[in-house]
Amino acid sequence: MIKFLLKGLLRDRSRSLLPIIVVALGVMITVFMHAYLSGVFGESLEKTANFNDGHVRVETKAYAENLSQIPNDLALIGVDTLKKSLKSLYPEYSWVERVEFAGLLDVPDSAGNTRMQGAVVGKGIDLLNSEEEIKRMELRKLLVKGKFPSKAGEVLLSDELFEKLKLQLNDVVTLISSTMFGEMAMHNFTVAGTLHFGVNVLDRGMMIADIKDIQTALNMEDAAGLVLGFFNNNVYNNKHAEKTNTDFNKRYENDEDKFAPVMSSLAENGVMGISYSFIKNLAGFIILVFIFAMSIVLWNAGLISGLRRYGEFGLRLAIGENKKEIYRSLIWEAALVGIIGTIIGTILGLSVSWLMQEYGINMSNITKNSSIMMSDTIRAQITPTTWFIGLIPGIVSTVVGAMLAGIGIYKRQTANLFKELQN
Amino acid sequence: MDMKNDSIVKVNGLVKKFPIGSAGYFTALKGIDLTISEGEFTGLVGPSGSGKTTFLNIVGTLDKPTHGQVRVLNKNVENLIPAQAAQLRKEEMGFIFQSFNLLPVYTVFENVEFPLLLLNIHSDERKKRVMESLEWLGLTSKVNSRPAQLSGGECQRVAIARAMVKRPKLVLADEPTANLDAENSHNILKTMVKLNKELNTCFVFATHDEKVIGYLRRIIHLEDGSIAQDTRVQNPDSQQEK
Repeated sequence: MIKFLLKGLLRDRSRSLLPIIVVALGVMITVFMHAYLSGVFGESLEKTANFNDGHVRVETKAYAENLSQIPNDLALIGVDTLKKSLKSLYPEYSWVERVEFAGLLDVPDSAGNTRMQGAVVGKGIDLLNSEEEIKRMELRKLLVKGKFPSKAGEVLLSDELFEKLKLQLNDVVTLISSTMFGEMAMHNFTVAGTLHFGVNVLDRGMMIADIKDIQTALNMEDAAGLVLGFFNNNVYNNKHAEKTNTDFNKRYENDEDKFAPVMSSLAENGVMGISYSFIKNLAGFIILVFIFAMSIVLWNAGLISGLRRYGEFGLRLAIGENKKEIYRSLIWEAALVGIIGTIIGTILGLSVSWLMQEYGINMSNITKNSSIMMSDTIRAQITPTTWFIGLIPGIVSTVVGAMLAGIGIYKRQTANLFKELQN
Repeated sequence: MDMKNDSIVKVNGLVKKFPIGSAGYFTALKGIDLTISEGEFTGLVGPSGSGKTTFLNIVGTLDKPTHGQVRVLNKNVENLIPAQAAQLRKEEMGFIFQSFNLLPVYTVFENVEFPLLLLNIHSDERKKRVMESLEWLGLTSKVNSRPAQLSGGECQRVAIARAMVKRPKLVLADEPTANLDAENSHNILKTMVKLNKELNTCFVFATHDEKVIGYLRRIIHLEDGSIAQDTRVQNPDSQQEK
């Protein structure tokens, strides 16, 4: 009987080929959409984590509360000791200190008077002692002019700011800011090179300096706004980050001091938290949308096909099948179509995703003025979820569509179904 | 219920009402009493709306009576659950329809084979019985044809082969010649008479086609849901020769 029904299914293209194409297309779109969004958001998330937030970050409670002001007067102190402690407690992370700052960049003329000025935001990172931070932030590929700082007092500026201030390489610029004690800070730096970030907000006025120079300039010896932790394997693990977070914060939960350190994970940090939640729920969201949309499409297809087949159902009832058997055979047919369509769709979706993962699409024209951290080349990312994301909705929606369409068999009186046969 | 051993259908006080909106009911059958025996070649004759198809549907266990008792092949139709009714149709009944109703994606052989598949008959036995049925109907050369490749007469012969392949005790035929020309109608009817005689299968027709009436050995006239006349014909085969 199964062989007989299969023959019918294969020969009747409106029952097999068409639904298989619909399911395969839907699954292909789902698989590709998942890989594409994982690629875009995952890359953006990772890039932002590397550039700004770390996988976990430690700051003072007060600094965390006033984060938007970059309040270096509320920075962590005793950073060396804190880092040693963090390294010992959580060796699975790489711990780095960073100082973020804002100020005015003054460009003097040959007489020492101000020739140009521009607002600047900056980061103090370990530029001179190791390549770790440079690699993490992928700075080398951003270099436009000059070279990377090789000695104290050398800085990198965003190329746009460099051009706006009409600077030359090796020009001396003065950073005017405030120390962590609220005094005015003025410190001279030499421009060693320029960077193009491809992100509007950074390109407008970014300065990257060695952290020791910034600590000296802002009177922040052994102090830093942030201590960031990155998983040694560079892959964010939210469960572990939350565990670390809870463990660390428990140690300071009774500390009323506003300068007491507090840890937060990437998933808890503002926009990044939202992005992380979005990516985390992406698979579920896509599956839900797909099941809903495809169920409606396949319900319709099933209804049309079912209406066309009421005559056949009437005949099968007359010959001796009962409604339950007919309904069950409809569901099996749908499941089979769903499985075949899903396999084809998954293969196609993965193929397209792989191409986009390997070659990407150059979006530099679109992303050049972006205010979020995005790569110029958009790539898909095939994750373990991508392999099976199409399986459940591809099959479920086909079966749900068939079940909804098949309800008509039960709702109609046997004699009415039989009558369809005679019309 | 008192019933002779050879009665295939026994109906007592059969009433069938259909709801028509909020206005009440339309009564399609108004207290029918009737017995049809084994091997009969009987026709329900009457104009449209006289209740022929309704009667056939109830006897075929596709519908249930509103009142009365209907006993078909020793089963009380009014008490059958859907699965039992399906089982009865599967094992003991054959249906022939006005519009043939062959499954278009299957070959002639597969269409005829279908009822046997439902009975879980072994493939060798199935093949034997299907070929036998096709031989009865003169369709052996069309085994691998699809319905779309057949003429109307051939399609109806396939439908008869499908109805007869399981050797049912009762065949219900609703206007079986309505879509056929005169020559094909006569050929089909002769075949059915032959099968009726050779296999002792009981045929019950619903028809108003004079050609069919000419072959019937019992003619039950239905009018407005009631039996107006029940006539036995002594020598129907000679009638069709006229």
